[in-house]
Amino acid sequence: MDREVLVKVEGLSKKFCKDLKQSLKYGVKDLFFNSKKKEVTLRKKEFWAVKDISFELRRGECLGLIGHNGAGKSTLLKMLNGLINPDEGRITMKGRIGALIELGAGFNPLLTGRENIYNNGAVLGLSRKEIDEKIEGIIDFSEIREFIDMPVQNYSSGMKVRLGFSIAAQVEPDILIIDEVLAVGDLGFVLKCFKTIDVLLPKTSVIFVSHSMPMVSRLCNQVILMERGVSFFQGKNVSKAVDLYYNKFALIESSVVFDDGTIEIISLDIPKTSLDEPLPIINWNEDLQFELSFRTGLIDTTLEFTFFIYDKEQRAVAMLERKSHTTYKTNDNLQRFVIKHEHLQLSKGIYSITVAIRGPERKEPKLRINNLISFQVVHPEDIWAPFVLKTNFVKKLNEE
Amino acid sequence: MEVKVYEKKEGMRIFKLFKESLKDIHASRFLAKQLAVRDIKAKYRKSYLGIAWDFLGPISTAFIWIFLNGSGTVQISDTGVPYPVYAFTGTLLWSIISESINLPATSTQGASSILTKVNFPKEALVVSGIYKLLFNSSFKILLLIIFLFVYKINFTWILLLFPLVMLSSILFGTTIGLFLAPLGMLYTDIKKLVTFSLQFLMYATPVVYGVPKEGVLKTIMELNPITYIITVARDVLVAGEFEYLQYFLISMAVVLPLFFIGMIFYRVSIPIIVERLQA
Repeated sequence: MDREVLVKVEGLSKKFCKDLKQSLKYGVKDLFFNSKKKEVTLRKKEFWAVKDISFELRRGECLGLIGHNGAGKSTLLKMLNGLINPDEGRITMKGRIGALIELGAGFNPLLTGRENIYNNGAVLGLSRKEIDEKIEGIIDFSEIREFIDMPVQNYSSGMKVRLGFSIAAQVEPDILIIDEVLAVGDLGFVLKCFKTIDVLLPKTSVIFVSHSMPMVSRLCNQVILMERGVSFFQGKNVSKAVDLYYNKFALIESSVVFDDGTIEIISLDIPKTSLDEPLPIINWNEDLQFELSFRTGLIDTTLEFTFFIYDKEQRAVAMLERKSHTTYKTNDNLQRFVIKHEHLQLSKGIYSITVAIRGPERKEPKLRINNLISFQVVHPEDIWAPFVLKTNFVKKLNEE
Repeated sequence: MEVKVYEKKEGMRIFKLFKESLKDIHASRFLAKQLAVRDIKAKYRKSYLGIAWDFLGPISTAFIWIFLNGSGTVQISDTGVPYPVYAFTGTLLWSIISESINLPATSTQGASSILTKVNFPKEALVVSGIYKLLFNSSFKILLLIIFLFVYKINFTWILLLFPLVMLSSILFGTTIGLFLAPLGMLYTDIKKLVTFSLQFLMYATPVVYGVPKEGVLKTIMELNPITYIITVARDVLVAGEFEYLQYFLISMAVVLPLFFIGMIFYRVSIPIIVERLQA
């Protein structure tokens, strides 16, 4: 049996004006001539912030909205939340809506945490009775019982978010809208939030906006990738959407972090399988092999090479074993090495290599270049963990 | 399960909007109260004199006029009651009315941070504004009653009608405010213009002097509906002649439907405002 559709969006569009004065004028016009005729053309200086978005979301499903800044995600969320009206199209929402757009909106800094729970709960649509019943749970969840009777202005930003989330989580919504709010708060709390969302998810439709692809991959079962207000990609193939999202960004520029002038890197090459590909592609569990050539005046010097592999979000995921090499004399001082790592088991994604070279005795740094080259690892599955380790299952028979 | 549909509002289906508006006012009782309590608590938590600041303005205006009149600088024609009583009732009532005109704008402005982030019944803002005003006004009225007592004005049963007149005047101000608030959210000029106009309007209203027997000012004052509200309210307090009762009732009959139209206008305009407010 199919579960009920809670969110239905049909051909949704919204236009914004680039110029404030003009925008205000249109605002006054809209106030008084709440146009009877359908005005779908763009007026002067207007543009479509969201254009023609449609989707359906059932209970238990989670839709990820991704796209770079200004792609229209937040505008879409505001329409879904009923804060602004669409210019075209239609949204149908069934059930109670909970929005974690900005936690603790409406907190009064002078009032205590307890008083603010009542205010914020009321804003979110809870009745006094409901809050009375839930207040202990809210305080416990927020883990700030000690400070609950202190004015909120003395709270740290993390504490405010905790309190805000604790209230919002108690609303028990049918539709939950989450806009990049989990970024604040310490690790323990983020984990707690995820747990809460996991508990809510089976009885809720979740719309999740995030720039964190691992989170999107973990939570969502369908994705809309937005660009300039339109849906660039839409579907259940989350991994494809994540790839497309990453490809939207220009490759990470390499940057020289340290250079003492003795070594000049000429190139670091990963052979490309095809010239059409923007990046070298390595299939999962194949070998990572690259050629480093550099020029240096240091002869017979032992240099220590370290290569770090960073993921697209600039987290170091791996380091290649440190190796030292003694430079040899050549005509043009050019040194070349081939570096090889067998059976690369990184999960799918785009990675970059950072190189660090240190000197012989005191290990003094000579050169460090971040993100010297990028490459892509291809694997059929989309995984938020950084590695897919090759595994064998061996059946064990009872007799043995 | 509750179903919400958001789409481009085409034309105004007034009755549907009216029904929704009433429904939301009802549904947001607790929110409105909570918002009012929040603001009142927060307002006085950083102040010792607190509520006294609310009287200081109108009372000092009254004192100035009592002084001007008493010292003979300004000759004010007979008002039928002791002049201090006349001036105090005038300035306190005027302060309540002018506050109620500013009420929807102040409430909306104060909530702009939640307006752009949380969807809640916007009517609660207006209702909570009315609660706050009633709270403030009740102290002013208490003060008024004390004055009446000090000046030995006879208390009559008519005085029991005062809350009704009070509500009417708040309703009147709020109605005007409801039409101004959305515009005021778009342009800061509106707020300044209102403050500016109210200063002048006070002199075209029998606040510190009565309606002249003849002349231009009489015409101007009689065109000003606040004249009827203030005179009737004062008449209730001092058991006066109710010269303008009829006009007062007519004004109220006009204001009541306008109030609901104002609520609808406010309701419809908020998304348009929020769209241009999202900083």
